[in-house]
Amino acid sequence: MVGGNNAQGSLQLKKLQKKFGSFVAVDDVDLEIQQGEFLTLLGPSGSGKTTLLMMIAGFLDITSGDIELDGLSIANVPAEKRNFGMVFQGYALFPHMTVRENISYALDVRKRPKAEISARVDEMLDLVQLHEFGERKPGQLSGGQQQRVALARALCFAPPVLLLDEPLGALDKKLRVEVQEQLKDIHRRVGTTFVYVTHDQEEALSMSDRIVIMQDGAIEQVGTPQELYEKPETKFAASFLGKSNFLNLKDGLHALRPEKIDIHPAGQGDVTARATGTIRSITYFGSVQKFMVSVEGDEELEVDVDSWRNRYPLKEGQAVDLTWEDRATVKLRNG
Amino acid sequence: MIDSLRKHVSPGWVLVAPFLMLVVVLYLGPILNILWLSLTDPEPGLQNYQKLYTNDTLLRIIWTTFRICLITTIISVAFGYSIAYAMVHAHKKRQKLMLTLLLVSFWISILVRTFSWLMLLGHNGLLNNALETLNIISEPVAFVRNELGVLIGMVHYMVPYAVLPLLVNMQTLDTRVMSASRNLGATGSQTFFRIYLPLTKPGIVAACLLVFILSLGFYVTPAILGGGKVLMVAEYISVQLLVTLKWGTAAMLAALMLFGVLALLYIMSKFMKLSTVFGGSTS
Repeated sequence: MVGGNNAQGSLQLKKLQKKFGSFVAVDDVDLEIQQGEFLTLLGPSGSGKTTLLMMIAGFLDITSGDIELDGLSIANVPAEKRNFGMVFQGYALFPHMTVRENISYALDVRKRPKAEISARVDEMLDLVQLHEFGERKPGQLSGGQQQRVALARALCFAPPVLLLDEPLGALDKKLRVEVQEQLKDIHRRVGTTFVYVTHDQEEALSMSDRIVIMQDGAIEQVGTPQELYEKPETKFAASFLGKSNFLNLKDGLHALRPEKIDIHPAGQGDVTARATGTIRSITYFGSVQKFMVSVEGDEELEVDVDSWRNRYPLKEGQAVDLTWEDRATVKLRNG
Repeated sequence: MIDSLRKHVSPGWVLVAPFLMLVVVLYLGPILNILWLSLTDPEPGLQNYQKLYTNDTLLRIIWTTFRICLITTIISVAFGYSIAYAMVHAHKKRQKLMLTLLLVSFWISILVRTFSWLMLLGHNGLLNNALETLNIISEPVAFVRNELGVLIGMVHYMVPYAVLPLLVNMQTLDTRVMSASRNLGATGSQTFFRIYLPLTKPGIVAACLLVFILSLGFYVTPAILGGGKVLMVAEYISVQLLVTLKWGTAAMLAALMLFGVLALLYIMSKFMKLSTVFGGSTS
């Protein structure tokens, strides 16, 4: 729609590598990002997720490999020519400009007709529900409002790809959940490809079509939230996305989610116990209760139980039997 | 009584009170004395100030001073801006070296610097000799002993002063804001003029004020590099004090400069919060 920008918005990362001196920040990343999908790069700090995003944005040169947009290499296209929207960590709004001027900036620098710009800015203000704030400066807005201005500014020129660098990091927890829903909703409405960087597993699970778990500059596992949660392939994936117990069985290491274990007072279970132990601690979270159970061999298993469905009055120090279904455990690769 | 005083006066004032007194006695006192002199010497009345209307020499000196200070300010801040920009964007190690070099210039006496310019740019100076030897010019160019010389000397002295407030301003800018501008499709010059320059405005204003106000009091440089042809207010005041002993006129000019500076600050404060210029918070 803008600036002869008719890219579809699919991205192909091919053997992408970034070195800072001898340090490898991103290591041989191969990734296909579908047009219109909400893809999250999830990983702890130092996992290379932000470096990867900055290379896609064009702010960092790539050491080797290639980035393609709809099959055409953009590795040598400078950041200002890539036409990718970006929501920065801390928003990076222009503090001396009003909300309207911030949002219209991308169209202003492309010298679009005034009427078109004005109409488009109105559209964007509607999208992020900030119509009455158009004449304010960013400093006069709350964190959540600034975040929406940043989003509107990045989407105003209808980019094929929107890059988001921990955009909710500065918001408090309650607001974050609210904004997650708004973001998801906006993604549905604009149909732009979203590449979202976060270290927050809840954000990743609740918004993404697909999640890329990264560690030490490499991709650990890619999949839908459900695939990653139910079928983690590595110990890191299992422990970073959600919580997990690990069992060393005959055929190798298995992951077992805490909520997939049932807990019974010793000898009262209907089925044979898979493990027996004593309750070390009970933590009450309202909807769930967390039991830390010491089992044989100095190991501890976490068991999460629905408070409402918990049939037994269990106490700390009590001997218990633990049971779970066969399909609850997932075998992990590389031990 | 003391209790109510405690409620209204922060105990911090008690701590600074001795120094405040010192400032009042040693600083405000003499200033008031000068104002008093300007109204009473040689006899009570406004005749010293009336000279501003009647005395053409005086007017010319004030105009010369204003013009030279203005040109010095513009050139110094322009140079200072590029230097500060280069420093902010230089590699950390090089940045330290640049800052050291900048501060070194503060340690060299203004007298030494001024005479150095005389040697470099004088009729038999290094530059003129070199140009003549190379047959680029046939007779010496008058770099010094005129207004140009004064400007060269003053700009040279003032550039470091212009750099410091600009450097502080530029260092506090969030570089992501400039990245955002690029990401939104702005070219380098668009980013500079629409984002960077407006965001460094407080630094520019601070640098201009600092350089202009300091320039007003310049004495040695115009006296030496001007070769007696460029008379600025400070030198004229000294002549009135030491040679012609017209203390009233000198006091009047000093008072005029003081109020000129205060008026300047007042006008600036109408356009922007001065606290942001002098490093206060922006919120």
